[in-house]
Amino acid sequence: MDPTTILAAGVASGTVLLFAAIGEIFAERAGVLNLGVEGMMLIGAVAGFSATVTTGDPWIGVVVAMLAGGLLSLVHGVVTIHLRADQVVSGLALTFLGTGLARVLGEGLSSSRAASLPFLTIPVISDVPVIGPIFFTHQSVLAYVGYLLVPLAWYWIARTRPGLHLRAVGEYPAAADAQGIDVYRLRYAYVFVGGLLAGLAGASITLAISPGWFGDQTVNGRGWIAVGLVIFAQWSPLRAAFGALLFGALIRFILDIQGVGVILGVPNPFQAGRSATFFLEMLPYVMVILVVILGSRQAARKRLGAPAALGRPYVRGERGA
Amino acid sequence: MTAPAPAPALQARGIVKAFPGIVANDRVDFDVRPGEIHALLGENGAGKSTLMNILAGLYRPDAGEILLDGRPIAFRSPREAIAAGLGMVHQHFTLVPSQSVTENILLGLDRPRFRLQVGKSEAEVGRLAAQFGMRVDPRAKIWQLSVGEQQRVEILKMLYRGARILIMDEPTAVLAPQEIEELFRTLRSMTADGRSVVFISHKLGEVMAIADRITVMRRGRVTAAGISTADTSKTDLARRMVGREVLERLERTPYAPGDVILAVQDVHADNDRGLPALRGVSLDVRAGEIVGMAAVAGNGQSELAQVITGLRACRGSVTMGGEQVANRPAGQAIARGIAHVPEDRTGVGSSPNLSVADNLIMKRYRAAPVARGWFIDDTAARRLAEGLKNEYAIATPSIDTEARLLSGGNLQRLIFAREIDSGPRLMVAVQPTRGLDVGAIEAVHRVLLERRAAGTAILLISEDLDEILSLADRVDVMYEGKVVGSFGAAEADIHAIGLLMTGGGGGDMDASAAPSTAAPPVSAGR
Amino acid sequence: MTLRLELRTDAPRWWSGALTIMAVVFALTASGLVIAAVGGDPIRAYLHIFEAAFGSVGVISDTLVKATPLILTGLACSLAFRMRLWNIGAEGQFLLGAWGAAAVVLAPILPAGTPAIVVIPVMMLAGALAGGLWGFIPGILRARLGVNEIISTLMLNYIALSWVQFWVFGPWSEGGFQQTRPFPPEAWLPRLTDLAEAYPVLGGLTVHLGLIFGIVAAAVMWVVLERTRWGYEIRLLGDSPRAARYAGIDIKQKIVVIFIISGALAGLAGMSEVSGVVHRLQDRISPGYGFTAIIIAYLARFGPFRVIVASILFGALILAGREIQPSGIPAMIQGFILFSLIASDVLVRYRIRIHRQSPVVT
Repeated sequence: MDPTTILAAGVASGTVLLFAAIGEIFAERAGVLNLGVEGMMLIGAVAGFSATVTTGDPWIGVVVAMLAGGLLSLVHGVVTIHLRADQVVSGLALTFLGTGLARVLGEGLSSSRAASLPFLTIPVISDVPVIGPIFFTHQSVLAYVGYLLVPLAWYWIARTRPGLHLRAVGEYPAAADAQGIDVYRLRYAYVFVGGLLAGLAGASITLAISPGWFGDQTVNGRGWIAVGLVIFAQWSPLRAAFGALLFGALIRFILDIQGVGVILGVPNPFQAGRSATFFLEMLPYVMVILVVILGSRQAARKRLGAPAALGRPYVRGERGA
Repeated sequence: MTAPAPAPALQARGIVKAFPGIVANDRVDFDVRPGEIHALLGENGAGKSTLMNILAGLYRPDAGEILLDGRPIAFRSPREAIAAGLGMVHQHFTLVPSQSVTENILLGLDRPRFRLQVGKSEAEVGRLAAQFGMRVDPRAKIWQLSVGEQQRVEILKMLYRGARILIMDEPTAVLAPQEIEELFRTLRSMTADGRSVVFISHKLGEVMAIADRITVMRRGRVTAAGISTADTSKTDLARRMVGREVLERLERTPYAPGDVILAVQDVHADNDRGLPALRGVSLDVRAGEIVGMAAVAGNGQSELAQVITGLRACRGSVTMGGEQVANRPAGQAIARGIAHVPEDRTGVGSSPNLSVADNLIMKRYRAAPVARGWFIDDTAARRLAEGLKNEYAIATPSIDTEARLLSGGNLQRLIFAREIDSGPRLMVAVQPTRGLDVGAIEAVHRVLLERRAAGTAILLISEDLDEILSLADRVDVMYEGKVVGSFGAAEADIHAIGLLMTGGGGGDMDASAAPSTAAPPVSAGR
Repeated sequence: MTLRLELRTDAPRWWSGALTIMAVVFALTASGLVIAAVGGDPIRAYLHIFEAAFGSVGVISDTLVKATPLILTGLACSLAFRMRLWNIGAEGQFLLGAWGAAAVVLAPILPAGTPAIVVIPVMMLAGALAGGLWGFIPGILRARLGVNEIISTLMLNYIALSWVQFWVFGPWSEGGFQQTRPFPPEAWLPRLTDLAEAYPVLGGLTVHLGLIFGIVAAAVMWVVLERTRWGYEIRLLGDSPRAARYAGIDIKQKIVVIFIISGALAGLAGMSEVSGVVHRLQDRISPGYGFTAIIIAYLARFGPFRVIVASILFGALILAGREIQPSGIPAMIQGFILFSLIASDVLVRYRIRIHRQSPVVT
C-alpha cells in the first residue's frame, strides 16, 4: 500500500492504456472513430503471445502483435473510409470480430508460457527521489517506449507539417482536399497507426504487464477504458498520459487493497474473498463515466471539442462532410 | 476581337462540356490578359462555374483546349493548376475553422519540410497581406473572422502560392457594399502588379464597376466575347445575359400594414459557441408587410430567426399578437402560427431520407385530420401531401420519393408549401433563394408577395441586398447583434445600408430604441 | 481505373433483403475459411449447427428458448438504434432486469407463498423497472450533459455484472456457491412441458411464456413505430435531429424516454430468463445476449418482426455453438456477419461504378 509502489505499478498497467489511447487519438484526429480498440488489443495480445510462444523471441511477438492490430484496423478503414459505413457500427463489429478471432486463434494457448520483455532500471535517474522509483526502476522496456511516444505524438500533431495535415483532415477534410491533401490516404494511414498501437497495447499485456493468455478476459474492457480516456484527454497525448497513469494506479490500488487485513483499525471490508470487493471492481468503470462527464464539460467550457469531422465519411463534393 | 492586344495569359478555345441532360459549355472561347480584370457574366446555370472549374483543373473538358502563356495545358488537379500560377477562390470557402490564418495558408504546401516555423510564416503572411492592402491578422483563428476576412485569407492562400491568375467565383455574394469596395481595391492592386483576375458574377452593376473586359454567357454559350467595358451598357449586357430586355418585375399590392404581429424587445442570445450573438435586438413586423433584415453573415441574423421560432434560448421579450413566445418550445411557435423557412434546407428544413409526404406533414401531424388520437391517419396524410404537391408544383416522381432526391428549387417549394399551408400569421424566411436558379427565385419572390397581400407578417432575412430592396416594405439593418438602422422602402439607400451593415454607422443610438419610425402604420380598410 | 460510388435513386424493395442474405452467406464463407485454416471442417461444423438447432421438435424448442431473450434485447437495441442512440448496454440492462426479478423472490419483496398470478406480474414489473433504470442513467447523461452513450452504456455493463456478482456471491449466495437458491415454482414462467400431463406430446419442451412477451412486444413496437405520431417523431428524429427540433420535437425528452423503454425491454428479457429458464440468479446468466442483440438489430434492419427471425437464427447459433470447438467460432461468425452487413449497406445506398480514366469531380 506504499504510494510509490502503487504509482510505479500504475505506470506499468497505465502503459497498456497509453498505447491504446494514443493510437485512438491519431485515428480520431484524422476523423475516424474506431471503437474496435478492445478487439484490436485482443488480436494483438493473442498474436503477440502466440508468436512469442512459437519463436521464443518476445520482440518478434511485439512486431506480430502490432501488425495484427494494424491489419484488423484496415478492415475498419475500408468499411468506413471507402464504403462510407457508419463508424460506430463498424467499430463495434470490429470488436466482435477481434474478440471472436482472438478466441479462435488463442485456443489452447492459455496453458502456454512465453518469454517476457525485459525490465530495466535506468542507472542514474532511478536514484532521483520520487521520480526515480516511480518511473525508472524495474519498469518494462515498453514503459520507456511509452515515455518517448507521448512527447513525440504531441510534437507530431502540434508542431509539424504532417500534423497540420492530420488536423485539417479531421477538422475539415474538404479544405484539406482542396489543397491537394489525399484525405483517404491520410485517414487510412492514421487508422493503421491506431491499429498498430492497439496491437502494441495488447502485446504489452501478454508479454510484459501480466504475461499469459486468459481468453477474452485478457483485455477485460481496457480497450473501452482507452476510448473513454481519449474523450477525457480532449484528443491531447499529454492529457492521455496523465489519464493513463491515473487509471493504471487505480487498477493497481484495487488489487493491493484486497491484500490488506485491517484498515484504520477496522477489518478491511474489501479484503480478497469478501463480496464487497465487487464494488471495488466497479470503480474503474465508474471512474471512466465520471472522467468522460468531466471531459465533456471542460470541452464545452473551453470550446474545445472533438475533431469537427469525427465520425463522418468524407465524400468529395458533399459540403460540410 | 478588337485591336491588337497583349498575348493572353490564359486562353480557352472551343471548350465543350456536357453533363447528363445538359450541355454546360458549348464551344466556349475565353481569354484573360496580364494585368486585367476580365468579368464573366451570366445567370445561375449559364455555365460560368463549369468553365472556371475546367480552367482550374477540377473538370476535364469533352473538347477544346486551354493555353497558359500560349502553351497547351491539361491540369489533372487544382494542385497542378496552382503550381502553374492559376488559383481559384470558390464561393464557399474551404478553410479549417479551428486553425489559424497562417496554418490555413500553409496547408497542403510542401514547405516547410517537417517542422512548422509558425512565427516566420506569420511574418511572411503579414507582409504579403500588407503588400495588397488586405487587413487580416495572421494569428487569428478562422472561426473568429468575418466572411470578408475569410475571403481575404482565401486570396492570400492563392497569392502565397504564387498565383498570377486569380479566378474568383461570385466573390461579392456574401459581402457588404463597403467590403466589396475593399475587395475591389485589392483586386486592382493585384492587376497593377501584373496579375490577372477572372471575376465571375451575375450582377451587372459590379461587373461594370470593376471589369476591364466582359464576357457574357447564356445557356452554355458565349453571347458577348471579351467586349471592353467602355463599349457596352447595362441594358446591352442584360439583354445578352437573359435573352430578353426585361428584368424581373414583381407585382405588388399597395403597402397596407395591419396590426403588429411580431414584437421583439431588447433580446439577447448566445450563438452555438456560447458567445453573444444578439445584444439587445428590438424590431416589429406588422400584418401584411415584409420587413427585410439586411446584415453581413454572422451578425446574429440566423440566431434571431432561431429565437423567434423557438429554436434558441434568449433573454428579453418576443411577443406574437401580445403573447410571449420567447423561450417556449418550438412546438408552441408552430402552434401559434409562426412559419419558418430555414437557412439550411437539407439539414433543418427537411428530413432527407423520409418521403416527400412525411416531410409535408412535419408541422401538421399533431392535429386533425392527419392526427387521429395517438395515431396518424395515413389516408389523410397522403391526401394532404398529394394536394400540396399539385398546388405548389413540386416536381417529384411521387409523394413516396425520398426528399434528398429533390432538386434545390423543388425542395424549397416543398418547404414553402408546408409552411404556407399551416396558415401562418408570421413567416420568418431566411436566405430563401440562396443557391436557386432564376426560375425558382422568381417563384419564391412571387409566393412571398402573395403572402404579404394575404396579410401575413413576413420577416425576410437575406444577405442579398438586391432581394431585400426589391421585396421589403421596410429594411432593418443588423450589425454585431444589434439593429443599427431602419429605413422605409422609399428612403432605403444602398450606400447608407451598406455603411451600417459594416459598422460604419457611428454607434446605434437611434435604431435599437426606435425600431421603426420610417413607416407610420396606415390602417387601410381591411 | 477507379471505383466510384453513385447515389442510388431506384433501389427496388427486394434489393435490401437480397443483400442481407448475400451478406450472411459471405460471412459464413469467411468464417468457414478461418475454421478450415485452424484445421476444422466448416461444412461439417455448419451441418452440425443446423442439426443441433433444428433437427427435432425438442431442439427447435431449445432454439426458441435461446431466441427469447434475444428477441427482447434485439427489440431494445432496434428501438434505440432507430434514433441513432447507440445503446450498447442491453447486456447490463438484461442483468439488472434479472436481478430486479430475483429480488422480488429473494429480498423478498413478496412473502413466500404468494400465488403465481401475482408473483409473475410483479417480477415482470421489477425486471422492467430495474432495466429501465439502467437505461435511464445513460439517457439522462446524454440528454443533460452530452456524455457519449456508447462509453456510458458499456461501462454500465461491467458495473451491472459486478453488482449481480456481489449479490450472488454475497447476500443471496446459496451455501457460498456463485448462485442463489432456486426460485419457488410460483415464480416460474409457465412452459409447454408444464402441460405434459394433459398433452404428453409437449413433454420436455421448455419453451416458456417469455417467447410470447417477445412476440407481443414486437407487435406493439411495430404498431407504435409505423402508425402513431410518436413513431413518426422517432423516424424523423432518427433521420435528422435538427429537422426534428425544427418540427417542434423535444429531443432531450425523447432520448431519455427511448433509453428507459429500451432498458425496460432488455430488463424484461433478464426477467424472462431467470423466471423462465434458470429459475435462480447466477453470475453467468447471459452468454452475451445483450451484445448479440446489436447484431440482430442490424440483421433485422431495425424491423420488429425481422428481429424475431434474426433472433431464431442467432438462438440456433448460440445453442449449437456451445458444442463447437474452438469456442470462439460463434462470436467470430457474429463479427463477420455484422461486418458484411454494414459493408453491404453501401450497396443499398450506392451503385458502384468503375471508371477507366481518372474521375471527374462533381
